[in-house]
Amino acid sequence: MDVVRTNERMAAYLRDNHDKVVGRWTDLVVAGVRGRTSREEVRRELEDLYALIVRVLSGADEHAAGELTATLEELSRSRARDGFSPIETAIGVFSLKEAVYELVADAADLVPEFYSLSRMIDDLGLRTFEAYSSAREQIIADQSASMLELSTPVVQLWDGVIAVPLVGMLDSARTQLVMEKLLDTLVATGADHAVIDITGVPTVDTEVAQHLLKTVSAARLLGAECTISGIRPQVAQTIVSLGIEFGDIATKASLADALALALRQAGLKVVPL
Amino acid sequence: MERVPILKIGPTLFVSIQIDLQDESVIRLQEDLADELAVTGAHGVIIDITAVEIVDSFIGRMLTTIGSISRLFDAETVLVGMRPAVAITLTELGLSLSGVRTALNAEKGLEILNGKS
Repeated sequence: MDVVRTNERMAAYLRDNHDKVVGRWTDLVVAGVRGRTSREEVRRELEDLYALIVRVLSGADEHAAGELTATLEELSRSRARDGFSPIETAIGVFSLKEAVYELVADAADLVPEFYSLSRMIDDLGLRTFEAYSSAREQIIADQSASMLELSTPVVQLWDGVIAVPLVGMLDSARTQLVMEKLLDTLVATGADHAVIDITGVPTVDTEVAQHLLKTVSAARLLGAECTISGIRPQVAQTIVSLGIEFGDIATKASLADALALALRQAGLKVVPL
Repeated sequence: MERVPILKIGPTLFVSIQIDLQDESVIRLQEDLADELAVTGAHGVIIDITAVEIVDSFIGRMLTTIGSISRLFDAETVLVGMRPAVAITLTELGLSLSGVRTALNAEKGLEILNGKS
């Protein structure tokens, strides 16, 4: 069986029955999207895809395959953003098979042609899956990057006193980011006292403690003193039962206590007016 | 080999490192500083490393050694102007430079020395 000729015959058949197939395909897809996109838009997207599929099958155009993949991936990505499930997107592609089958069912001489088209459509359907999952992964990566950025603010409490309120789990990547931001701010503001507030850190284990100690000793190398504040009762119990030693690093129950200590060390006193 | 100049300002020796530190230059600095401390009887040393971008474990250890040597001459060493990246590197190397005081800049370093005397 001559594959090239088979594909060409299928391409010719699809070209001849363009309106019928695309119409039926659109009907099937529109039924699946349940009003999330307009019929005209679906029709336009499918027309593009259909034209590309015909071009690939006819084999005349070597760029067609690449264009088809790109168009399909773009379609899949936009569907992912619009909240379609990957199954819905793939079924949209697979329903072309159904649309064509309904037409060729009577014409028995097109069986090999239909078989090769069907293989091609399967391949395209799988491609939408792949594009969908990579689009999702991209979204997740972007979100975690922006979360990392959001979760480490460094604020100035007083002239010469800065604070880092930590919220969420502390892992190596975040500690690194916190450390860099803290040290940069110390240099930029000329502050010589930093308060690391761990009220929002759910658990303090040996690893987290290690990260905190590293941050404090790096700040000390710059000539700034660090206080760790916001130690909750459960956290204090965990720290003691794990045998973690904070050494000569000052620890305070609340941010207010830490600020008071910093002010006292700077030789300042808060008095009522 | 490049040498690091040592300036005497009042009772303080001022060392500003403006070059990329090589092992030999640090050893030379240590020797020069010891000589200078013995001659001048200075009571404080300020080492400015604002311009130093790269340190390794050897240089980190030498800084501690310089601090210990100065203490033998009853002089306190203050390391000033360390860059954040350098501080992170030293911490990752496990060097906390004990025995050497640190300050954000030369001005604060002088305050520490003056507060002591």
